[in-house]
Amino acid sequence: MTDISTTAAPSAPHWGSDTARKRVARRYGADRRLQIYGMAAIGTALGLLALLLISLIFAGYLAFTTTKVNLGIFLDSAQISKDEPGKANYRKITRDAFYGYFPEVTSNAEKRALAKIVSSGADYIVRDYVVSNPDKIGELIKVAVPVSDPFDQLYKGIIPREINALSPDRLVLFDVLTRRGVLSIENGTSVVQVDAFVDPAKIPAEGGLEAGAYQAMVNEALKTYYYQEASLAYEEILSDTAADVLKAYVLANPSSVGTTIQIKLPLSPNYDNLHQKGEAKILNPRFGSAKEFGWFDSLVTQGLITTPFTWELFTNADSRFPEMAGLAGALSGSFLALMVCFLLSFPIGIATAVYLEEFAPKNRLTDLIEVNINNLAAVPSVVFGLLGLALFLNTFGMPRSAPLVGGMVLALMTLPTIIVATRAALKAVPPSIREAALGVGASKHQVMMHHVVPLALPGILTGTIIGLAQALGETAPLLLIGMNAFIPSIENIGLTQPAMALPTQIFSWADSPERGFVSRTSAAILVLLGFLVVMNILAVYLRRKFERKW
Amino acid sequence: MEQQTLENAASQQPKVDHHPIKVKSSKVCVSYGEKQALFDVDLDVPANAVTALIGPSGCGKSTYLRCVNRMNDTIPIAKVTGKIEIDGQDISDPELDVVELRARVGMVFQKPNPFPKSIFDNVAYGPTIHGLCKKKADLEEVVATSLQRAGLWDEVKDRLHEQGTGLSGGQQQRLCIARAIATKPDIILMDEPCSALDPIATAKVEELMHELRENYTIMIVTHSMAQAQRVSQKTAFFHIGYMVEYGDTDQIFNNPQDKRTQDYIFGRFG
Repeated sequence: MTDISTTAAPSAPHWGSDTARKRVARRYGADRRLQIYGMAAIGTALGLLALLLISLIFAGYLAFTTTKVNLGIFLDSAQISKDEPGKANYRKITRDAFYGYFPEVTSNAEKRALAKIVSSGADYIVRDYVVSNPDKIGELIKVAVPVSDPFDQLYKGIIPREINALSPDRLVLFDVLTRRGVLSIENGTSVVQVDAFVDPAKIPAEGGLEAGAYQAMVNEALKTYYYQEASLAYEEILSDTAADVLKAYVLANPSSVGTTIQIKLPLSPNYDNLHQKGEAKILNPRFGSAKEFGWFDSLVTQGLITTPFTWELFTNADSRFPEMAGLAGALSGSFLALMVCFLLSFPIGIATAVYLEEFAPKNRLTDLIEVNINNLAAVPSVVFGLLGLALFLNTFGMPRSAPLVGGMVLALMTLPTIIVATRAALKAVPPSIREAALGVGASKHQVMMHHVVPLALPGILTGTIIGLAQALGETAPLLLIGMNAFIPSIENIGLTQPAMALPTQIFSWADSPERGFVSRTSAAILVLLGFLVVMNILAVYLRRKFERKW
Repeated sequence: MEQQTLENAASQQPKVDHHPIKVKSSKVCVSYGEKQALFDVDLDVPANAVTALIGPSGCGKSTYLRCVNRMNDTIPIAKVTGKIEIDGQDISDPELDVVELRARVGMVFQKPNPFPKSIFDNVAYGPTIHGLCKKKADLEEVVATSLQRAGLWDEVKDRLHEQGTGLSGGQQQRLCIARAIATKPDIILMDEPCSALDPIATAKVEELMHELRENYTIMIVTHSMAQAQRVSQKTAFFHIGYMVEYGDTDQIFNNPQDKRTQDYIFGRFG
């Protein structure tokens, strides 16, 4: 064995020789490595895609249900006229009906807080209901109206009732007070014992004792325990009434002015809570007071709260209130723009491709056109937006924000894609089919229309749908021509009316501060992705359906 | 048995000299751009006979064939000079519509190329675009006769609406022949029609040529000298762009005059 391999000519080593084995191992290794690289790349891409989808679904699925409260509303014919059902004060009717569930709430301030539980859009829902059912006037109706965004988020468990919001330097101050042993509980509230100097300099001559700067004196007293530059820390740790307690004492003992007195000052509710229960929680600042939770909880226990599917996401137009905001305006705008885009780019694209591929003479000019079309497919979409802005809006004076212009800009962007795809599809039709058709005496036009174009159709349609799907997701050019108008109603939808598109709606919602728009944004992205998936499935289906073998 | 009859036929092809001249070519030259592919071809093809064009690859026989129905027009760089007459009519006459010409001169290609449509539509396409059939019944009639003449009717009559591309290679080629004869041509050009077929399918197509010869003028390009001997009455030998020798098939194969023809026929080159 060894003998053979050593005696064999170096140019033709034996199969079993060490070098041959090494070479084979190296080749197998290279094959394996190539496979592993490919698999790793696909795995990474799939993983990231899954991550994106999962995070979108997690953020967005809650927007597909809305927290609603079933309101029983008596449509008093004294308040609503049958002739003009749209004219009544539905704000008052809705609120009064809602107040009816809380007879214990009487003060105006509390009523205002109570009304905040229901969405501001509830009035319109009731109005629309009455306008479409005028025969219900004089009857008791049941209407499900959305609750306002904070309560929607609360019910879905997205935001908590209380948050950890004690800042570290306040906690240090609290710790110092605890260690000094000056904190105690009196009559159920936590108090801090301080030595307060009733500073005559802080009592103005004019107002007398009534007008003294007692808050400043209280802050000064706390400063002796722990020095802080800003007095805010002292004011936050003490109750709002702490200065009043000192004031009451001084008013009762005018002789204390100029002396240092020992006094117990109440702590603010948060620090009272921390001292008595050890919990450093405060009320979520999105809510006005803890009472609101009680009211809301009572609605829950009465079984009035439901979470139906958010059809409003598809039927409502945009709104400033996330619980009322929907995609109807954006969907119609995107639909119109895509229609315009399709009607322009499909025939023009196919005609261009057919001419260039089948009829055009091969010369410098057609070469130049060909190179430019291929390059146009790679031009950033924002450039097409600028072109649309300069040409369609400024030069031609077409309407701003209109789906017509949006569709034209998107058509500019889609055209190269369609032309390139169509040319590739036409090229892929075997020449034997053309020869066969020419051979039986078909004219050039008949060869194209009866044979080549139908055979290329699957490829053309796939390219078109992919181009349209790209156009559907395009944001930048639409922003430039202003197709991000705020469309609160879908009554004025038209080719030349201001409109919104899906991606610009997502863009504008993502920019909104309300918490509810976070999930609305994700939901809108899911809707957009859904449409893209549907379009791609359609592309695959059409390709399968029209694909012919030859 | 069948093989036997074919060989007998090959050894004694009928004389066709008394047949009228169907295709008359004089000084036909073809060049593709700078490269000239065909030089001064003079060829008189008799009607109702099979004329075989033989020669090594690149000799210009297919190029000549494609001149007869002006298929070379579809190649932008191709330039054809000289004169080809069919029944005395110059085919390069600007008065003559090339579409009409191709309806009169059917073509069958090397690779079976049925349209990806039903068998019926394949055959019906030519008559339809030329407006030969006004009524549906006429069209059905034409399709049936064409398929019968192409010897395919019995095999496909129950599945006329299945895809033509689903047939076997030999059936596809006979379908292409049926498609070519459906437009009622006088001449059928065949460009190596059997090169993609197995011997059984080839035998069927050759048998078909025997039958079609009654009504059509057939010109066939072939690489198989046995085939040329079996099916053709006249044979033209092409060599690097020149038509070297033309005569009765029996004479070309048994007693070639030109040295180059002898070398090719007896297998000394090509």
